[in-house]
Amino acid sequence: MRIQVTTGSSIPIYRQVVDQIRHAVASGKLAVGEPLLSVRALATELVLNPNTIAKAYSALVRDGVLESQQGRGYFVAARREIYTRREKQRRLEEVMDPFLAEALTLGFDAEQIMTEVQKRLEKLSPSTD
Amino acid sequence: MLDPVIQTKRLTRYFGQNGVVRDLDLRVPPGQVTALLGLNGAGKTTTIRIIMGLLRPTRGRCEVFGQDSGQLSPDARMRIGYMVEGHFLYPGMRVRDCAKFQRAGYSRWDDAQFDQIVAHFGIAQSTYVAHLSRGQRAGVSLALVLAPDPELLVLDDPALGLDPVSRRALNETLVEFAAGGQRTVLLSSHLLDDVERIADRVMVMIDGRLQVDTTLDDFRSRVSGYVVDSESVDTDRVAAIPGLVEARQLGSRLHLTVADADEETLAAVERLNASSVETIELPFTDSVLAWLSRSREQQSFISRTKTGETA
Repeated sequence: MRIQVTTGSSIPIYRQVVDQIRHAVASGKLAVGEPLLSVRALATELVLNPNTIAKAYSALVRDGVLESQQGRGYFVAARREIYTRREKQRRLEEVMDPFLAEALTLGFDAEQIMTEVQKRLEKLSPSTD
Repeated sequence: MLDPVIQTKRLTRYFGQNGVVRDLDLRVPPGQVTALLGLNGAGKTTTIRIIMGLLRPTRGRCEVFGQDSGQLSPDARMRIGYMVEGHFLYPGMRVRDCAKFQRAGYSRWDDAQFDQIVAHFGIAQSTYVAHLSRGQRAGVSLALVLAPDPELLVLDDPALGLDPVSRRALNETLVEFAAGGQRTVLLSSHLLDDVERIADRVMVMIDGRLQVDTTLDDFRSRVSGYVVDSESVDTDRVAAIPGLVEARQLGSRLHLTVADADEETLAAVERLNASSVETIELPFTDSVLAWLSRSREQQSFISRTKTGETA
């Protein structure tokens, strides 16, 4: 996977890194157990302050997306249930509400929204092999 | 907290009647990249020259490695790499002669490091300095400063006048240099995109005074933006918003930038009675620009520049 970072964005750089790795894991571009570049190597590649990468990685570890193995580096974690069902529901609503508000403002009706969601899901879901 | 590598206490410097640096209290912590920002004439270079012991302060103190910066021991000096503004080198020397000349002043010198940086900037060792581009001169300057493996790197506007490729090479070298977390960098710059990439901390100087000295994340979180529908807004009420950094008219909307917003700020924004108020997240670059623009408009605190009229 290739991470791309934009400066001058309203999204802080560390969050851009977090979002892109999270997305790559969710879409199966990064498989469970796959190693990530070291903090230093990724910092060098992206020309970013290593502390920014370290911060992104530790946020991903906290959220259960990555795991850190002492002395070996960072790996994609097996999907674990780290949130209660209620918390998962809350998190889903948190991202869904602005999405729905935007979609409705743009004039999409319920059916169109469902179709669009379906299309995106198909695009995202990892190829079954 | 670890001892700061550089620390000033009420540091003040006058040139004649002109206070260029005023009551500066700054701390540069070890192992971090700190960016010093400010408009031309804000006092950045003067501050750096005092830190390097090249200028005496009019009042106040400046310590580097815990020693008075005006009386640094040769040993302490050896631990500092300093790159002056403008990438000055002797035009009659070849690149490799520059290295020979410079290393005579140091007890420690890493040839491999010098060669590697020079190569990274795409420069042949046999080239005369007079034939180097600005970006290549920056590369040689950087290699000369890093070859003695300094603990503290002080760079006065290192990216000034560099082409994009040299700028990238400069940033790559700095990231590499600071990567272990053992070495400290202080650099002044106008390139906010580069600062966002490589800095841990940001300091903003305005008219000789330090207005901001914090981490990048903290700086971001302390500056907030509001967009209000401005047809109905009363200018006096805008000026009364606590912590207001900048107010800009863009089309029919008024963009407000506020530092350390709290409940009172929100209340004041709501008292504007605008038909709509929207909270926006500001990019780092916009936050810095807001601070710097404020200093440009001392007479009128609020700029009512219309879109399209700005230069």
